[in-house]
Amino acid sequence: MARSSDREPLTSADETDASADPLRPSDHVDSVAAPASGGGVAQPRLGPIGYLRFFWRQLTSMKTALFLLMLLAVAAIPGSLVPQRTSDPNGVVQYRTDNPDLFPILDKLGVFDTYSSPWFSAVYLLLFISLIGCIIPRTKHHFEALRARPPKTPARLSRLAGYRTVTIEQGGGGADRPSVTAAAAVEAARAQLKRAGYRTEVFGDSVSAERGYLRETGNLVFHAALVGVLLTVGVGGGFGYAGQRVVVEGQTFTNVLGSYDSFNPGRWFDDSQLSPFSITLDRFTTDYEEQNKDALGQATDYTADVTTRTRGGDDDEKRQIKVNSPLAIGDSNVYLLGNGYAVDVTVRDGDGDVAFRDTVPFLPQNTNLMSQGVIKVPDAVPEQLGMIGFFYPSAVDTESGMLASSYPDTLNPVLSLNVYTGDLGLDDGVPRSVYALDTVGLTEVAGADADTSAIRVTPGETADLPNGLGTVTFDGVKRFASFDVHHDPSQLWVLLFAGLSFAGLLTALFVPRRRVWVKARDTGSGLVLEYAGLARGEDPTLERAVGDITRTHLTGLGVPEQAAKAVASGEATASTSRDADSSSAVDGRKLSS
Amino acid sequence: MTADLAYYSLVAVYSAMAIYTISFVAYALDLAKRSGDAQLAATDAARLDGRAAASASATASRGSSTVVLDRPVTTPGRDGADASGRRRPSRFERVATSLMVLGLLVHVASVVMRGVAAERVPWANMFEFSLTGTAIIVGVYLLVKQFVDISFLGAYVMGLNLILLAIGTVNYYVAVVPLQPALQSAWLVIHVLVAILGTGFFAIAAGLSIVQLIQTRREQAKLAGLGFMQTLPGADRLEDLAYRVALVGFVLWTFTLIAGAVWAERAWGRYWGWDTKEVWTFIIWVLYAGYIHARATRGWRGSRSSWLSIIGFAAVMFNFSVVNVFFKGLHAYSGL
Repeated sequence: MARSSDREPLTSADETDASADPLRPSDHVDSVAAPASGGGVAQPRLGPIGYLRFFWRQLTSMKTALFLLMLLAVAAIPGSLVPQRTSDPNGVVQYRTDNPDLFPILDKLGVFDTYSSPWFSAVYLLLFISLIGCIIPRTKHHFEALRARPPKTPARLSRLAGYRTVTIEQGGGGADRPSVTAAAAVEAARAQLKRAGYRTEVFGDSVSAERGYLRETGNLVFHAALVGVLLTVGVGGGFGYAGQRVVVEGQTFTNVLGSYDSFNPGRWFDDSQLSPFSITLDRFTTDYEEQNKDALGQATDYTADVTTRTRGGDDDEKRQIKVNSPLAIGDSNVYLLGNGYAVDVTVRDGDGDVAFRDTVPFLPQNTNLMSQGVIKVPDAVPEQLGMIGFFYPSAVDTESGMLASSYPDTLNPVLSLNVYTGDLGLDDGVPRSVYALDTVGLTEVAGADADTSAIRVTPGETADLPNGLGTVTFDGVKRFASFDVHHDPSQLWVLLFAGLSFAGLLTALFVPRRRVWVKARDTGSGLVLEYAGLARGEDPTLERAVGDITRTHLTGLGVPEQAAKAVASGEATASTSRDADSSSAVDGRKLSS
Repeated sequence: MTADLAYYSLVAVYSAMAIYTISFVAYALDLAKRSGDAQLAATDAARLDGRAAASASATASRGSSTVVLDRPVTTPGRDGADASGRRRPSRFERVATSLMVLGLLVHVASVVMRGVAAERVPWANMFEFSLTGTAIIVGVYLLVKQFVDISFLGAYVMGLNLILLAIGTVNYYVAVVPLQPALQSAWLVIHVLVAILGTGFFAIAAGLSIVQLIQTRREQAKLAGLGFMQTLPGADRLEDLAYRVALVGFVLWTFTLIAGAVWAERAWGRYWGWDTKEVWTFIIWVLYAGYIHARATRGWRGSRSSWLSIIGFAAVMFNFSVVNVFFKGLHAYSGL
């Protein structure tokens, strides 16, 4: 195995050619260990530059990188334990309600924004500085190594991995065959190694060869591409935006800032980046499983049929948006991320005037799409009206007298409304959610806690509000789709760098970097050939590779296949006692090892 | 039809578990037999030592000459199984491996039937992930075994598999249901399959690291009692093997991460959003990156780095079980 170079102190051969090795932090296992200094040697005082240099060396050492990696793994954990503002804002609100004492402490620590918190940023920024500090000198060094020649052949090959030697006895039996000179054997080896992709250099009676520079190249590409990923994510992401908008069937969404329900601009975003387009939701279709008894009513497909208009193209275009199949329009992508029911409601006030007529999206509460929504009628006379509505697409009575939905499709749609009167608080300038009604200070006039029970209406039906407050009409049900519009110009770059780092990883891990030497000497007893290799980093197949080189080389020199194979596989048993056998085997050339 | 096939698939996986159980017992017996062999060999060696030291000299690990003995003597100890080539498998081991292969065939039949029943890839919920993942672990074990003799891991592989399959069938079982729209993508095939493959390699690597830790302690004579450990490769060799297997896992995991990001962009409109599952996949990636660096750091090679491999695999298991079931996130596909 190639352990020798991995663990043992490097052989003398290596120290002579440190320049050809990949440059590594001083505490890398493959680096030459600094001579251990005696216990209490007084060190010279470090100046400011000295300290800087000291900290830089510490930061770029393997141990620090390792420590920062581990710290990064640990630092990422809290963000998975508590909800994050970026991915689950409602969860954060809920967490605050559930843990009123703990919340402020955790919030101070920034765990609800773990991945943009100072401590998390500090860890990865230090890690990347350490990384950059490592790859820059290594890249420089690698460029030099790429131009360098293979190192001198070590004096004693026998100490190296995969060592094999064989003696070809010259002219012993067949005078008709010219003997092989050492120089010819070396030249043959050089040509052979060159063909195999090695960089070669002849030193007198030996050839020195090295291959696998791509390993270090891959390593550097991998790490540099990670820096690229970080930069493109961090900087490039700032040029994009993401916006959400609920669109009911028949409604049109225009891509201007004001028409979004919520909008997250990047750091360098400005309005002009919003490409002009509009989308009309013509129809929203949901397919339900109707055969499989274990999954009755499970949605199997969502389709939003839309009509799009862009400024350039005057014609309306019929398109489709599906989950996993966003719509690309005006260098943005439009994703279908949610859907539900919206109810058409008309409210007439006590005077019989229409105080409210709108389509209100109701948010789904469970898998059978029982949905909840809020209707606010500030213009009603004599009093402002607020309603909390529950929509049941397939209403059934439960034992408790409440309604429930038994199926997500509209088999028996029923709208149930709890009605409140009082000041809705819409005039005091404080922003209010359209999906929530703050009932504090309001009077419930219809519902569980009022004299009148909740109002129930089916499509087309009109019901009277209590106390002569007016009427409410359930005009119909529609579907809504919740669209996300994303624009991220850096996305492709991130993918490119990720792909680069993956390719770099593959080459860095699986291209072996190794040196091979072939030495040939003419001695009195014949031509002595020696083969040996040295792994530069992880190289499990080094032994086999030297064996293959040996076999090919010997065969090229005219040694019969069988004998060459035996030497190459290290099973050669041709000892002096078996001279007779081996001489016949090599056809006139005695082979001993 | 669908229900029938799903039922047969379940029958098949229970049969596979029965076969695996026998295989597990046989592997355990093999380990017990190794202890006996190790003792016998030690006695033999002592006897031989007295008689003719020269004839029993082991093969020179490298060098120019090789002494061939009439009959190969398995030298016990550190490199016993290593230097003298493959250890001749015991009868128990041969039976255990045969049963494992048989069990895998039945297991694969179960996976295929589940897939046919569901008319899609059989890894769209946690039960199916367990079902396919365990088959892959056995497959990876048998694959690695083609190149290196790691039969000492058989008991670990079978034991781990039985536990995972038991949890999968008892706690995670769900009937065949159609795919929810978010999962209807070619990336389900690629992303999840590669994740399962990576998990398989990490499982084998973790097993090797565990054995390495035990072997290290034995070599330091802290655990002299475990006789069968003598027939195993040395700690260095085990570390090499664990590292190589984990490397393959790391590459697959990197791909899972990238493919997952690409899919997330298609399905959720962003390639990375620190969803709980994304966080843990990232943590695992960083842990194994740390493991690879630890092995290249002076003072960390050996037991220290192998702990990282074990922690990494523990995180993989945590990611699959706890994060899927108890953590809130977008990867809510357990079907439970």
